[in-house]
Amino acid sequence: MTIRLAGEAGQGVESGGAGFASALSHGGLWLHTYSEYMSRIRGGLNFFQIRASDRPLWAHTEGVHILLAFSPEAVTDYGPHLVEGGALLYDDSLKIDQAAVTRRKVQLYAVPLTKIAQEVGGEKIMANTCGLGALAGIVEYPFEFVADVIKKNFARKGDAVVGGNLKVAEAGYKVGRDQYAAKFEWKVSPLKDRPDRMQINGNQAIAVGAIAAGCRFMSGYPMTPASSILEFMAGHAKKYDIVVKQTEDEIAAICFAIGAGNAGARAMTATSGGGFSLMVEALGLAGMAEVPVVIVEAQRPGPSTGMPTKTEQGDLLFALFASQGEFPRIVLAPGTQEDCFHTTVRAFNLAEKWQCPVIVMTDFYLTTMTRLISPAEFPIDRVTIDRGELLTAQQLDRLAEPYLRYKDTPSGISPRAMPGHPKAVHQTCSDEHDEYGHFEDEDRANRLKMAGKRWRKFQHIVDDLRGPTIYGPEGAGLTLMGWGSSYGAMREAVDLLNARGTKTNLLHFVDIWPFPEAQAAPLIEAARQLVAVEGNQSGQFAHLVRAVTGRRADRMVLRWDGRPLSPEYIIEQLEEAKVHA
Amino acid sequence: MLDVKTYNSPIKVTWCPGCGDYGILNAVKSALAQLEIHPHEVMFFSGIGCGSKLPDYMNANSFTTIHGRSLPIAMGTKLANHDLHVICITGDGDGYGIGGNHFISILRRNPDIVHIAENNMVYGLTKGQYAPTSEHGFVASTTPEGSIEIAFNPLATAINGGATFVARGFSGDPKHLAKLIMAAVQHRGYALVDVLQPCVIYNKINTYDYYRERVYKLEEAAGYDPADRDAAWRKAHEWGEKIPIGILYQAAGVPTYEEQVSELRVGPVAKRQLAPLTGAQADALRREFF
Repeated sequence: MTIRLAGEAGQGVESGGAGFASALSHGGLWLHTYSEYMSRIRGGLNFFQIRASDRPLWAHTEGVHILLAFSPEAVTDYGPHLVEGGALLYDDSLKIDQAAVTRRKVQLYAVPLTKIAQEVGGEKIMANTCGLGALAGIVEYPFEFVADVIKKNFARKGDAVVGGNLKVAEAGYKVGRDQYAAKFEWKVSPLKDRPDRMQINGNQAIAVGAIAAGCRFMSGYPMTPASSILEFMAGHAKKYDIVVKQTEDEIAAICFAIGAGNAGARAMTATSGGGFSLMVEALGLAGMAEVPVVIVEAQRPGPSTGMPTKTEQGDLLFALFASQGEFPRIVLAPGTQEDCFHTTVRAFNLAEKWQCPVIVMTDFYLTTMTRLISPAEFPIDRVTIDRGELLTAQQLDRLAEPYLRYKDTPSGISPRAMPGHPKAVHQTCSDEHDEYGHFEDEDRANRLKMAGKRWRKFQHIVDDLRGPTIYGPEGAGLTLMGWGSSYGAMREAVDLLNARGTKTNLLHFVDIWPFPEAQAAPLIEAARQLVAVEGNQSGQFAHLVRAVTGRRADRMVLRWDGRPLSPEYIIEQLEEAKVHA
Repeated sequence: MLDVKTYNSPIKVTWCPGCGDYGILNAVKSALAQLEIHPHEVMFFSGIGCGSKLPDYMNANSFTTIHGRSLPIAMGTKLANHDLHVICITGDGDGYGIGGNHFISILRRNPDIVHIAENNMVYGLTKGQYAPTSEHGFVASTTPEGSIEIAFNPLATAINGGATFVARGFSGDPKHLAKLIMAAVQHRGYALVDVLQPCVIYNKINTYDYYRERVYKLEEAAGYDPADRDAAWRKAHEWGEKIPIGILYQAAGVPTYEEQVSELRVGPVAKRQLAPLTGAQADALRREFF
């Protein structure tokens, strides 16, 4: 079932929702949480929703079973999302638009949340706690789990606050259970098995991956939805030995990372499309100068400022081709939190091995949504750290010939030296250069040699990349094809379609560029009906697939209204288009 | 003292005959030789412009970057490996125009970086457009009726912005300039050396003769104290009949940026051996999400 809390920014939607999620996770339930918020600090309309189940979850779903509304707007806007038989829980003093809910056969549970808070706890502000108590009562989830979270979350504020909130929550719980539980058909019960699970979002998983990979430097400029990576890294800098720097703009952010990467520290930056636009010239510098750097591009709907707190997968082709000229780059798009972790570790290894920029593409949805995941999926202490052909001081000591930073080699990889060794004085160069690194921006033969060397890297990188993940039965009549954050929605859509007898599978791409043609082309070729599923308006990945393989997607399920793809949306679009296996 | 030839590069210099950049190149080599800094111990950063070719003409580590961005790239390197001496070479357009945001930001940070700005008050490499430091009324290909803007004042901006070392040199006096560069390298913190650098092709106003008639050395001016910020502020605005060169301002005892980054106290992060976290560290990190 799905529980949604909604209200104005500053009304405690996020913190209340997170608290309730904790109470559910401690009861062993599997969760998927997802929030939407407006681009403002106070007011507006935010929601936080929790999908809870007795089995692992991959995506959010569209229908809401119970809505705890803290403002009239929350009812007007989100009331229509309630399923038939679902319930609206709200403070009885709110003047709500009943038409938004009643025609959907939704039950109205008007509870005097504020009055109870005032009378039992002595503070109106505890109305939220009262609402969460009532929520637990309605779904008959044992109160002890709610109480534990209250004790933990309010511990810092002292015993009086803890005690007040506990009393208010219990009063709310009783009202919910005694007056409404019998009428509400969905229930949430703790499971017997309650192992510790990680509740983690995409940005956190990327940051954990970066720490595991030995990232030693991060620079960034705040931009939604990427900022929390910079914040997480700053908060963990001391503990995990990382220099973290907020810079004056995104141009500086990538330049700092390039400077650090060239000096020998594993370096990254993170931004969204607008910031990435500013980074583009320096992206080309990293390509030309062959500097390893990891860039996280957390997409949001563009162009320009677009929709800052909504989601989209609209920057794919931009990331693939951004910058003047041609140079090797790697573009990866994790689909889940587990992917975010592993992909980030790989990104650092690939960046150093191939001495080029690696772009990790996520989006607002993946950065903010959380799932409960087994800790075993995050083998932080068992990652591989491969620094590629980075010469050690001892190797440089023994060097008999002059060091050539851009030595022309069969693989295209020139062994790298950190600046500072007496035998490896060298120039890192943005202009076309010779093997030493000196400017050689006129000579034709040198241009062919050096551009050829860089291109050889591009040709070999693909050997390190992976084909798509396949999920669902072989020989399906319908094949969904997507990349990045759509994995969860596609996977649940595949399960639903197969349950209905429509034999469906999916191909999900994390490694996008260079396109893993050898592994992907036969799978794409074999698809009977190929449906491109993407969070953008034009089907950018489908364009890429067609350009490389010649196969045109038979259908496209696209979404570009700022909302994430969901299993229901995919199925609805297929039905509208009368697509059958 | 090292042999100046230590820093010679095999690359043929392509600056115009008489260009002020020659004096700067010689002064840089001389300063490093006198300070006995070996080519592998220093790293130059430059952007785009005639003067940004200077690192190519030196035997030393360097990163020749893109227009306006040498300061943030240099700072990334400094934060990764503060064992390196870091010297940025920018022009006036590169450092004060397109890189202006980085310039005002680095002033507040005080990294141990030397910034030599070759200030010829014109765009040379793109063949003669006006520059941020061009004087009001300067006639160039893009300002045929004269520049409407007033000239950017890098020294006053630097003093106001928090720089701890602010100097002006003249490329027509490379010996004096070398002394300034030596002082800048020895200064712990951000050190700006703005260099009056005649462009013999595109700037017919601010010529060698123009400067020779006007410049005077602050260290020879009676009673001038570079520790006096108010006096420095006044000198930074002195322009016309008399133009001061030398160290305008130097603050003592201000910690550098990198000295204040706790991760760097045990040495440069670039020199750490990388290994996966321990089991205990991994558990602690995972537990944050339970």
